[in-house]
Amino acid sequence: MNFTMVSYIIGWILQIEAAFLLLPAIVGFCYGEGNKSFVFIVTALASFLLGLIIKLKKPKTHDLYTREGFATVAIGWIAMSIVGAVPFFATGEIPNFVDALFESVSGFTTTGGSILNDVEALSHACVFWRSFTHWIGGMGVFVFIMAIFPIMGGYSINLMRAESTGPAVGKLVPRVQKTALILYALYLGLTIIGCVVYIICGMNFFEAVTTIFGTVGTGGYGVLNTSITSYNPAIQWAITIFMILSGINYSVYFCLIRRQFKDAFSISEVKWYLGIILVSTAIIAFDIRGLYAPADSIRHAAFQVGSIITTTGFSTADFDLWPMLSKSVLVLLMFCGACSGSTGGGMKISRWLIMAKTIRKELSTMIHPRQVKKIHMDGHVVEHETVRATNVYLASYFFIMLISVVLISVDNLDFTTNFTGVVAMLNNIGPGLGLVGPTGNFSIFGTFSKIVLIFDMLAGRLELFPMLIILNPACWKKY
Amino acid sequence: MNIIIVGCGKVGHTLAQQLGGENHDIVVVDKNPERVHGITDELDAQGIIGNGVSYQTLQEAGVEKADLLIAVTASDEQNLLCCCIARQAGHCKTIARVRNPIYNEEITFLRDKLGLDLVINPELITANEIARIFQFPSAVKIDTFSKGRLELIHFRVTKECLLCGIELMHLKESLGFNVLIPLVTRGEEIIIPRGNFVFEEGDIASVVTTPQTATMFFRKIGFTSGRTRTAMLVGGGTISYYLAQRLLSAGINTKIVEIDENVCNELSEKLPDAVVIHGDGTDEKLLLQEGLEKADGFVALTGLDEENILLSLLAKKLGNSKSVCKINRINFNSLLGEIKVDTTVFPRLLTADLIIKYARSMNDSLGSNVENLYRLEDGKAEALEFFVKEASGVTDIPLAKLKMKKDINICSITRGSQVIFPTGNDVIKVGDYVVVVMKHLGMKDIKDILL
Repeated sequence: MNFTMVSYIIGWILQIEAAFLLLPAIVGFCYGEGNKSFVFIVTALASFLLGLIIKLKKPKTHDLYTREGFATVAIGWIAMSIVGAVPFFATGEIPNFVDALFESVSGFTTTGGSILNDVEALSHACVFWRSFTHWIGGMGVFVFIMAIFPIMGGYSINLMRAESTGPAVGKLVPRVQKTALILYALYLGLTIIGCVVYIICGMNFFEAVTTIFGTVGTGGYGVLNTSITSYNPAIQWAITIFMILSGINYSVYFCLIRRQFKDAFSISEVKWYLGIILVSTAIIAFDIRGLYAPADSIRHAAFQVGSIITTTGFSTADFDLWPMLSKSVLVLLMFCGACSGSTGGGMKISRWLIMAKTIRKELSTMIHPRQVKKIHMDGHVVEHETVRATNVYLASYFFIMLISVVLISVDNLDFTTNFTGVVAMLNNIGPGLGLVGPTGNFSIFGTFSKIVLIFDMLAGRLELFPMLIILNPACWKKY
Repeated sequence: MNIIIVGCGKVGHTLAQQLGGENHDIVVVDKNPERVHGITDELDAQGIIGNGVSYQTLQEAGVEKADLLIAVTASDEQNLLCCCIARQAGHCKTIARVRNPIYNEEITFLRDKLGLDLVINPELITANEIARIFQFPSAVKIDTFSKGRLELIHFRVTKECLLCGIELMHLKESLGFNVLIPLVTRGEEIIIPRGNFVFEEGDIASVVTTPQTATMFFRKIGFTSGRTRTAMLVGGGTISYYLAQRLLSAGINTKIVEIDENVCNELSEKLPDAVVIHGDGTDEKLLLQEGLEKADGFVALTGLDEENILLSLLAKKLGNSKSVCKINRINFNSLLGEIKVDTTVFPRLLTADLIIKYARSMNDSLGSNVENLYRLEDGKAEALEFFVKEASGVTDIPLAKLKMKKDINICSITRGSQVIFPTGNDVIKVGDYVVVVMKHLGMKDIKDILL
């Protein structure tokens, strides 16, 4: 393993984060919270210097093979989360460091599950930083680095693979740097448009900015204790639409901008995604028709479906009180996840499509034992490697989930809470059911359980393997 | 530029590496997913899996916006068809690799009628390269500039030769005339020598001369190699055929040893003057029987790289010949310097060099054209010839006053029929051909030599 190169990149991460930390400092000054801003500036400075020291040792070769790529991303995210937790802790707004780390990881991984009982008590700087971590984590900080500094040449694809979502990560254009730039341009574009729409719908500027960070990053940190419940219907519809837009594969937008409309609308994953949203909304709206007025039930159903399938985690109603059918559909959607190549988390629809097709293929081979059959998607053959990786992904996913459920059972909470809590963390959603439902939060868990959940969040965001590989001792051997 | 490379074999890979390194956007296409991944995992290029002849695949690779398409699949027909389709589908320039001798004889017709911009025949290039070395056996490698008026000759410094142990600034006194040595390779290191540089045994020195002074120079420093009169070729492939043609027409007595009888028959039909021997080229007795000891030149051209290396070592040991070894696949250049094969040729790199030269000269907006490009020492240095089209920061200023980058040597200026080996007082003028040797890579314009 090329340790110097790995630490060199980690150095970059810390320096970039230092730059990001200055934004909440500015916000703090705007709202007259000078002492909070001071904490952010000191953290930024420390992070910058630490990065500088780590970077002192220049790597001899820039080789970064798959294992280095995966390990770098995993360590980078852990380092980033720890630094991100410092301001929460140092300002004294989250007095326990593990809690602060939980909040920071939950932010960066775009989970949005909080340990705070009272969000409104936080300073503006901290609230801003909390939401801003969603935005950074949504598209990914390594993608950001690649967009600005072309430091790794061809090997950077190994970093991109580890950080981006979906079973087969590809490039939009031949160059990694250009691909990263395009992704961030689209991301920024969506953010700005969303922000303007929110303001037009009646949000104030600060809330619009922080909410849009949570929306496009598919994060889910609200600014108010009631999440999105207290906003007017227009805002709720706007958020619904932007959540769903954020869950779409970004190559769709790329095709649209290039005017390749046929290509944009022919991606089967996106069709399924929109189809699932429509059907689930219809089922839930019908199921909860007795609880709300007809227009409201459609709005709540659409919002909740959009929020869960994109793994955002905002809420407009306490769906824990909804009938069983609706709750079951929502739990199913938790597993479903958004499109690959989006900022959303979860299993990703393309993986489910591949697995469904594998099952069909298996059944077909039982009828015709000598049949040769390839799995197709969007007119291309899905390579065996991808199919295999998808199967292994599913297996690892359920392993991690089941073990986590067992581990956090030490806190002796009820099964619904434990199970949906882990599902919500591993899929980067935020709220689950029971005690961790929309009105609850994760402060009920003990320190050990929180650490388990922190691992789950990181594993979920990085799609398991980067986090698993650093647990494998063979990864750390030099030879 | 946007460049599409169809075919991800050895040459395709080398091209993607080199052109990608020169800031072009590369899309590679191949039917074999493993080969495509082999490139995209290592290089910053986009991979498309599919048949490069198919219009749909080419469209997916972005042929409409491509500037250059290079077809280097294993099949000549596919390469030609691929270029034709690309021409119809987009506005790109096309380069096809065509290696079958049958097509080669009609290459101008094919090129014009099918609208190709460049047709490359690796075997022919390789044969030409080897033939050129045989004209001057003291050299390891010869790169020509200004249509043959100027040569960059790389040779190994031996213990007996005059250069060994001498300082560069005293070279003129010892020789009695001036030559320019812009580059020396020692082991894996590349040195742009200054006045106090001392030559050592085993260095590969590169000298810039005209062909006339080259003979004088080598006689003076003590290389007493006569003309090549006899040559032995082991392996009867396409390169052997082209090479034998050239050697025979230069009056060199040529023997070809080939194991396959049918190939022998065919060669004998096509090359009535050559001595074609049916037998195993790895049989030491056979080679000795056929006079390996007396041969002036020996070329190992079998299909196996390892066999070629061993054969040329054997030839070196048994005879006193100039031995040339062809290497297709293996990439141990650092090791090859240590074994005592006189010259190794890499068809893969020769092909890539030509294509890269073409790609660099495609940029018409610049004030100069890349006329010739040779990558030296595994691509760690380059020798480039520019044609200066218009006035710029480098023209009409004495060279001593130009603020140039480090590790650059201006070797010669060709003005009309006159070749100038420049000193500080000389100037570059519009219309000159300028040869530059440097450790910087990827220059497209003469202005790039400036800081």
